Amino acid sequence: MSMLNRTASGGSVDRSKPLNFTFNGQSYRGFEGDTLASALLANGVHLVGRSFKYHRPRGIVAAGAEEPGALVQLETAEHTEPNIRATQIELYEGLVASSVNVWPSVDFDVSAINGLFAKLFTAGFYNKTFMWPRSFWMRLYEPVIRRAAGWGRAPTTSDPDLYDHMHDHPDVLVIGAGPAGLSAAVEAGRAGARVVLVDEQAEPGGSLLTLEREIDGQPGRDWVQDRIAELEAMPDVRILSRTVLFGYYDHNYLVAVERKTDHLPVMKRPGRIRQRTWHFRAGHVVLATGAHERPLVFADNDRPGIMLAGSVLTYLNRYGVFPGKEVVLFTNNDGAYETALALHEQRLKVAAVVDVRHQVTGALPARVRALGIPVFAGHALSATRGGKRVSAVEVRPVQQGAGKLTGAGRWINCDLVAMSGGWSPVVHLFSQSQGRLEFDAGKSAFVPAHAVPAQTVAGAANGDFLLKDCLLAGREAGRNGVLAAGLKPKRRKPAAAVHEPETAPMEPVWLVPGREPVGVGKAKHFVDLQNDTTAADIALATREGFESSEHVKRYTLTGFGTDQGKTSNINALGILSGLLDRPLGEIGTTTFRPPYTPVAYGALAGRNIGRWSDPVRTTSIHPWHEGNGARFETVGQWHRPWYYPKNGENLQAAVNRECLAVRNGVGVLDASTLGKIDIRGPDAAEFLNRVYTNAWSKLGVGRIRYGLMCREDGMVFDDGTTARLAPDHFLMTTTTGNAAVVLDWLEDYLQTEWPDLRVYCTSVTEQWATVSVAGPKARRVLEKLAPEMKLGPDDFPFLSFQEGTVAGMAARIFRISFTGELTFEINVPWHQGLALWKAVMDAGEEFGITPYGTETMHVLRAEKGFIIVGQETDGTTTPQDLGMDWIVSKAKPDFIGKRSFTRSDTSRPDRKQLVGLLTEDPETVLPEGAQLVFDPHAPKPMPMVGHVTSSYYSAALGRSIALALVKGGQDRMGQHVFAPLEGGTVTAVLTSPVFFDKEGERQDGEI
Amino acid sequence: MLKIECPWCGPRHETEFRYGGEAHRVRPEKPDSLTDEAWAAFLFMRTNTKGAFAERWCHVNGCRRWFNVLRHTVSHEILAVYAMGEVPPVPGARKEGGQ
Ligand SMILES: [Zn+2]
Repeated sequence: MSMLNRTASGGSVDRSKPLNFTFNGQSYRGFEGDTLASALLANGVHLVGRSFKYHRPRGIVAAGAEEPGALVQLETAEHTEPNIRATQIELYEGLVASSVNVWPSVDFDVSAINGLFAKLFTAGFYNKTFMWPRSFWMRLYEPVIRRAAGWGRAPTTSDPDLYDHMHDHPDVLVIGAGPAGLSAAVEAGRAGARVVLVDEQAEPGGSLLTLEREIDGQPGRDWVQDRIAELEAMPDVRILSRTVLFGYYDHNYLVAVERKTDHLPVMKRPGRIRQRTWHFRAGHVVLATGAHERPLVFADNDRPGIMLAGSVLTYLNRYGVFPGKEVVLFTNNDGAYETALALHEQRLKVAAVVDVRHQVTGALPARVRALGIPVFAGHALSATRGGKRVSAVEVRPVQQGAGKLTGAGRWINCDLVAMSGGWSPVVHLFSQSQGRLEFDAGKSAFVPAHAVPAQTVAGAANGDFLLKDCLLAGREAGRNGVLAAGLKPKRRKPAAAVHEPETAPMEPVWLVPGREPVGVGKAKHFVDLQNDTTAADIALATREGFESSEHVKRYTLTGFGTDQGKTSNINALGILSGLLDRPLGEIGTTTFRPPYTPVAYGALAGRNIGRWSDPVRTTSIHPWHEGNGARFETVGQWHRPWYYPKNGENLQAAVNRECLAVRNGVGVLDASTLGKIDIRGPDAAEFLNRVYTNAWSKLGVGRIRYGLMCREDGMVFDDGTTARLAPDHFLMTTTTGNAAVVLDWLEDYLQTEWPDLRVYCTSVTEQWATVSVAGPKARRVLEKLAPEMKLGPDDFPFLSFQEGTVAGMAARIFRISFTGELTFEINVPWHQGLALWKAVMDAGEEFGITPYGTETMHVLRAEKGFIIVGQETDGTTTPQDLGMDWIVSKAKPDFIGKRSFTRSDTSRPDRKQLVGLLTEDPETVLPEGAQLVFDPHAPKPMPMVGHVTSSYYSAALGRSIALALVKGGQDRMGQHVFAPLEGGTVTAVLTSPVFFDKEGERQDGEI
Repeated sequence: MLKIECPWCGPRHETEFRYGGEAHRVRPEKPDSLTDEAWAAFLFMRTNTKGAFAERWCHVNGCRRWFNVLRHTVSHEILAVYAMGEVPPVPGARKEGGQ
């Protein structure tokens, strides 16, 4: 297929390199250097999609990031990506794209019937509909919305591409490689600053790629090439093209994404980084982000073939593509006349230039008139015709200020409308950096109102639209960066001689009147082409009382699309200003937030995916667990053995077997993950006195004590045992998931509250492997491994510690118990953990030693009523709530949390308190988290009095057990509570939380 | 994301630090002598300053040391970094004790 609308020469496409691509199943050709949009236009394709709400035909409007309408689904299967702007897709061989939001096809769209339901889709539709009856929502609205709404399809398989992240710290970060940005980068680079120049396009140059300009007698494009060559030769300058700076955060932290392979054929991409996210911490930032042209809001302004005049010029000059052959220009400024001249030069028919200004006096209009092109001053487009492409426009005289049409209309045939409503500085990044905007009435644009520290805005982004001003402002911005870096700028060269046309003032027009008042009749004045927001919607919002720009934005969804309203926001604000009869400057803008353009999740995730998304911690014994079929559970970042199924056992069967083994024989647990903090110093005992609720000064060397830590508000924070290894040396254990938090907490107090205490804390969690041997036969196993140690209850009593040799390894052995059974926790250096574990397994074989996991550990401790912090507690639980008054010292004058125990709320008698629950049916295991009530017949909503915190089947007891927090529970022993569940109400009786071996007779094991 | 100058390690990304809330809140010497109201004020009440605000930071992913920062809560400009136990070095900044 030939390219119908391609100029004979010119532009920066490479005509020697044709490329084949497919759009909506149809094959086309373009050239290297094209975008998908320019290639489609070259082939005469204007209709690229359907609009969001009304499913009206939509075409290409712009030529860059601001494109509101031409969103496509790019590629297929795992490479597919939805809602990409056709104007930013570089063409490559074999590209496949299709329209979004069309069914069954872009040409025949049954959903266009939605246009008939226009009333259903007015502003605030979503807000209002949610208030309507639920049945309406289910039967009517949801099916309609599901069919109609949604842009594009997310891929259904995981992303096969590679992404990565880079960090850089330039002295000067320049954003935008147009005339201002290039001037800034060159100025900074020449002075020796470390410069990064970021530009979103494949080719640097910005506006110089569109406008025919001369700088110092040199064509603009050549000037750009020379500047790039100079920058590339500098050792400390990095040029990143195809890179969108999307986020600007505090202290000059900026984030960009570089497209590294998206311009290559899909088959050439594997093995290469697709996109790279850049993190910059810049000394000085130069925002040279340019400006976006504004559409004019007139009746039925959304037909394919209605484009921005500057973008038409871009297609012509940069891509050698003419998007139409019979053109009407519609403008309020001189800029569009440059497009008219360029079209005429290509021998395309310029049917008319329609200008809302009554006085059209500039040099450019004079040149257009001299060519015999009709110029309709003081006129406007009042209506358009066309199905899938504009075919004619109606031109009518309009009042000064475009308030009202004043005369009869005439129809002019055309296949392209090139419109210009003036230019909006791209202030998104400035706004993200907390910069405030003000409305400049002279420029009719929001411009930066003040300087932001360590930043300069230069060129069109600052409202300076003339090339000579851009070059000067860029140079000064570069010098600011040089000075900020503590370097000396080079002497200023004389300002460049620039040839550019004189322009007369523009006349702001926010809403062009149609033949009928806005909102009456079929014609629609579109403001936001992506969200289908019309001027009538904004009027409706104000009638319903929404006046703030932020409220109107949310109510009408203006600027809520993936384009963030780059072309629509200012027109919406202008219309709002007219409706409210308040100056635009008072209305203000909405807030710009990152990202500037959408960013793929893959780029944000970088390499932190799959097993690298979060570190996995394993113990030195892990290979044995894996080799012996353990199932694992994640605790913090640890992977701990959960249970060890044998012969196809399920969880319950395995846990029953493991539990009985510990109760009746001997079991072994890998307890290495327990947090361990080494605490040393002359004031260590005093420190423990302050952080634990019980007393520590008198703990003898070689002895161990269980302790509870609270926060200042009296709520339990952590628990564990601590051994006194020497008078000034303790080893503290913490819960597995809380180890780092506890260490931080201790450091906080030592460094900030009690810097006078001479205490040092060191994490030794990963220095010691811990093998816990538990059960009545535990001593038999250890006797074989440590024959020279005295292990009897008199020589090695409960809650004491000894050093000795176990299986030939120097070990610390702690006699503590989380199961109620005789337990030896053997600690050896981390790397010896596996050897110790194997030795224990070998020695225990004759006693039937059974490895057990965290699930069995939980059941065994629940049988004994031992709490788990974070399960029986939730940050609102005191020691007294847990029935653990015994561990709260009355004698100590102060410790963390003490004062709070007497606060009125903390000492209420009806607080939720820890109790045991026995279900009426011993086989029923309550779900953890189940809510409890005292009266199951109470009217709904029933007063809830607590919840189940732990619940298991206990093999040792042959029935279910549960722990719960129940209001005033400690005074309700023997009474009933009820758990109303989906399958019926479960009745349980309140008991002591200690279910097994209440007298603690088992802790010394077989003697 | 703030750039914070650790007094021991130099300028680092905010992600290396942990925030510790308002600075210069001293734990009362004798909590038992405080009324419930005074104790609740220590536990729960914090100033909500618009302007220069003294706050604590800890370089948790670095040297693990705590220090004070004087930060403007609107612009996020860091006006000063100073050691625990020192008074805020900029005149006019809040200095508040727990009692
Ligand atoms: Zn540090």
